[in-house]
Amino acid sequence: MAYMANLRVWRGDHGEGKLVDYSVEVNEGEVVLDILHRLQATQANDLALRWNCKAGKCGSCSMEINGRPRLGCMTRMSIFDQDQVLTITPMRTFPVIRDLVTDVSFNYEKARQIPSFSPDPATKPGEFRMQQVDVQRSQEFRKCIECYLCQNVCHVIRDHEENMPAYAGPRFLMRVAELEMHPADMADRRNIAQDDFGLGYCNITKCCTEVCPEGIHITDNALIPLKERVVGRKYDPLVWLGGKITRKQHRDTPRVPGKH
Amino acid sequence: MTQVTQGPAKTRAQIQAKTLRTDPWYRSPRVTATGLTIIVLYLLFASFANTDYIFGSYISPLYSPCLATTCTPSDSSFFLVPWLTWLTPAIIIIGGPLGFRFTCYYYRKAYYRSFWRSPAACAVAEPHARYRGESRLPLIIQNVHRYFFWIAIAFNIFLTYDAVVAFKNPYTGAWGHFGVGTLMLVVNAILLWIYSVSCHACRHITGGRLKHFSKHPVRYKAWTVISRLNNYHMQFAWVSLTWVTLTDLYIRLAAAGVFGHGRWI
Repeated sequence: MAYMANLRVWRGDHGEGKLVDYSVEVNEGEVVLDILHRLQATQANDLALRWNCKAGKCGSCSMEINGRPRLGCMTRMSIFDQDQVLTITPMRTFPVIRDLVTDVSFNYEKARQIPSFSPDPATKPGEFRMQQVDVQRSQEFRKCIECYLCQNVCHVIRDHEENMPAYAGPRFLMRVAELEMHPADMADRRNIAQDDFGLGYCNITKCCTEVCPEGIHITDNALIPLKERVVGRKYDPLVWLGGKITRKQHRDTPRVPGKH
Repeated sequence: MTQVTQGPAKTRAQIQAKTLRTDPWYRSPRVTATGLTIIVLYLLFASFANTDYIFGSYISPLYSPCLATTCTPSDSSFFLVPWLTWLTPAIIIIGGPLGFRFTCYYYRKAYYRSFWRSPAACAVAEPHARYRGESRLPLIIQNVHRYFFWIAIAFNIFLTYDAVVAFKNPYTGAWGHFGVGTLMLVVNAILLWIYSVSCHACRHITGGRLKHFSKHPVRYKAWTVISRLNNYHMQFAWVSLTWVTLTDLYIRLAAAGVFGHGRWI
């Protein structure tokens, strides 16, 4: 049954803007992105909106709907009351380019800083073997669609913009964890996780896990295990002593340029 | 001459509201804060009370192991600590379980959200001007959690011993007794073991730190089981904490003579 939904959409560019009221038709089975497209087609032709797959796989249509970070294409209109006003705003953590489109280049900069996969140089092509049990932990993290909702919701940078240079955010700490747990990766990333990517800033309040549209257990399976690994390298005196006695060599990755 | 145009300043959307959430996001931190406050206040009262903590063969989990020389004689009294006698036996040992729970990853989330409001809920602005989290003192000390895990294991061994002793008849000393207190202490020990074993530090120690599960099949199996339990760590944290409180309350009321010695066998 079609009805008219009341929308308040943030309109503006480069930070300056305001919430504008609209009334848009909604049909059964539609999602928020459909409504925004109808709004764009009928009333606000200049509404800027990033989208691509409409299937929750490209991570483009990240936005905040009634204050909650969500994908527009995966948020059914049926979860809202018909008389409820829907407030739709861009992701707050990133600079606005226009309307609902934000500049997420912060994430690409952080991604580039992570030392890449470092297998044993002695392994020749064709010799690379892994067992499923060894890689399945990392495979959960590969489900990430890079919508950056976790980065957006993380209060470390959302409420404290000044922490952005020091803190990589849950998505990229998860990438560090993925490589750290990879059976064929020889590098030790524990120092850079703490010192260069700011793992210590995370206070494990699990908002990243709450908003992840892929259902990845970011906090429990990536961030906390990585924290425990960092403790083993940097803060546990018994592990340190054991390492000294056995003369354990750590293959630290190069530090991130500009961080030291 | 080429004219260079400056790009506009990169600015976030200027939205003044602390949050635009319309759901009752404040409910969960309030419930958590209320629950924790009630339990902590009761446990503080019980720890300072220094009376009514032993009833027959039952000993309150707050006072076990009873290490001080001032302990009421019982099977769980060890009389090992002749100093600090001005403290109650519960206060002498409270650091172990308190430290384990205080540094527990679940409780950290709970009190950071409900008391420190950092953040109170997702996408709700926190009230603090600066934030450094656990990257430096004092919160970097939270990394001691794995040591408290081992201390908690030691406590669990004592509390399991208490549960076994609770099968002794409080009057004759004969084995085979089973009363309300026995049930409380047995369930208490089981819940504390499950809570401790399901913790993230245990998960790391067991197998989480490995790179190759395939080379350590037994540890991988243990890690798999602990990972399943770990999914319910929050629930175990609450149930075990509540049960410790109820167990102390039962023994305290029974010792004070509020009700008789409930027994089935």
